[in-house]
Amino acid sequence: MKTFCTLLKNEMKLNIRNMNMVIFAVILPLVVLVILGFLYGASPAADGVDYTFLEQSIGALCAISICAGGLMGLPLVVAEYRERKILKRFQVTPISPGMLLVVEFLIYVLYALVSLITLLLLSRLAWGVQLRGSWAGFFGSWLLTIFSTLSIGMMVGGIAKNAKSASVIACVLYFPMLIFSGATLPFEVMPEVMQKIISVFPLTQGIQLMQTTFLGLTVEQAIFPVIVMLCVTVVCSGIAVKCFKWE
Amino acid sequence: MEEVVKVEGVTKAYGSLLAVDHVSLSVKRGTAFGLLGANGAGKSTTIECILGTKRADSGTVSILSLDPRKDRRRLFQKVGVQFQGCDYQAEIKVSELCEETACLYMAPADWRGLCEQFRIGDKTQLPVKSLSGGERQRLFIVLALIPNPQVVFLDELTTGLDARARRGVWKILKELKDGGLTIFLTSHFMDEVEALCDEICILKKGRAVFYGTVAQATEESGCENFEDAYLKLSGEGIE
Repeated sequence: MKTFCTLLKNEMKLNIRNMNMVIFAVILPLVVLVILGFLYGASPAADGVDYTFLEQSIGALCAISICAGGLMGLPLVVAEYRERKILKRFQVTPISPGMLLVVEFLIYVLYALVSLITLLLLSRLAWGVQLRGSWAGFFGSWLLTIFSTLSIGMMVGGIAKNAKSASVIACVLYFPMLIFSGATLPFEVMPEVMQKIISVFPLTQGIQLMQTTFLGLTVEQAIFPVIVMLCVTVVCSGIAVKCFKWE
Repeated sequence: MEEVVKVEGVTKAYGSLLAVDHVSLSVKRGTAFGLLGANGAGKSTTIECILGTKRADSGTVSILSLDPRKDRRRLFQKVGVQFQGCDYQAEIKVSELCEETACLYMAPADWRGLCEQFRIGDKTQLPVKSLSGGERQRLFIVLALIPNPQVVFLDELTTGLDARARRGVWKILKELKDGGLTIFLTSHFMDEVEALCDEICILKKGRAVFYGTVAQATEESGCENFEDAYLKLSGEGIE
């Protein structure tokens, strides 16, 4: 346990010193929130609904951070550690690969958590955004989304041949998901054909679920996104652990 | 005396290139063993096969009676390693790297004391990348000693160190050896090998061409000093 805490503390420090994730996972979502806030303020999401546009967007805003950590941060760190032979140094110590992966995994969970808290606080103070659904439902969907996205990232970091190919794969996953899953452009404004195509992204499912639970709407087909995300989590983290290579 | 490292018939090929060819050796507790040879003779591959970071094609290895691949986590509680060309996290400080290493072991040595001993005690707050080559090399020896190991593997131990620093490192290693530490090293400096090693093995194209003490090597080759003997035996002098 002491090993785990020291590693987590040190790796977190190094990660913050790097600043990339602070910008992409904490500051960027806040910037998008502020822009949306000034554009839409407290106006309702559509005619005849009692929730605001901002309230409808909170789930998507939370996903920006999840996307940055899971599809950029995590795969790149794992691939870079392998390429620079940092993992090889760990290989000749008593640490288990599982613990190392969990430490790196948790770092991005913490970033996403900080992002979630700052988003909720700022949107509440500035524009009176309220959670209309249940905390448990919303937090549960958030957890599912982050676990499925991070496990994709862990798998990419695990199977990429080197840091360069990891960064290519990460970009191929990151940008389409960031832009089209509803994390930045609202899902609702996209044409119907596009909505159907992008529904295959697990992140899209996560955002939909977070949105529904945040707004407290009746969840009609909650079972489908839950199953998609659970499967992604199990399969991807299974592959990541099974294919883990020190070098 | 107890055999701490035992290697039998280890062979490793990269494609058609035979990097290590049936190498056998054993290192007794409290002694220092030097693995010598020209660049590309197979020293690093041999070390990696012994440590289990590379899988040997055939042959057996045991360290402290454990299998380095199967018993990895138990074995490396008691083994320190300094690899050649290993890197560290980009922005890490000396103290953080030491702390992160120490936390992996059940009974680590005091890393601050080790840093003092290796004369980098005043550098612990600096980023590792700002250290000079020699300081970094000494830091990596410190990292290998943090586990409080029973046996330590040092690949190219004093490369990049100035004459004074090398002597300092030898002195500390000798003291540790007298205290029962087993040392396995590779080196390109024959004065270092003479000063430290009880037994040596010289590799040439992956094969052991000499195995014995420094004195035996000098005698067997008919040369006046050990460096000449090494050049003759390793085949480096011929070309």
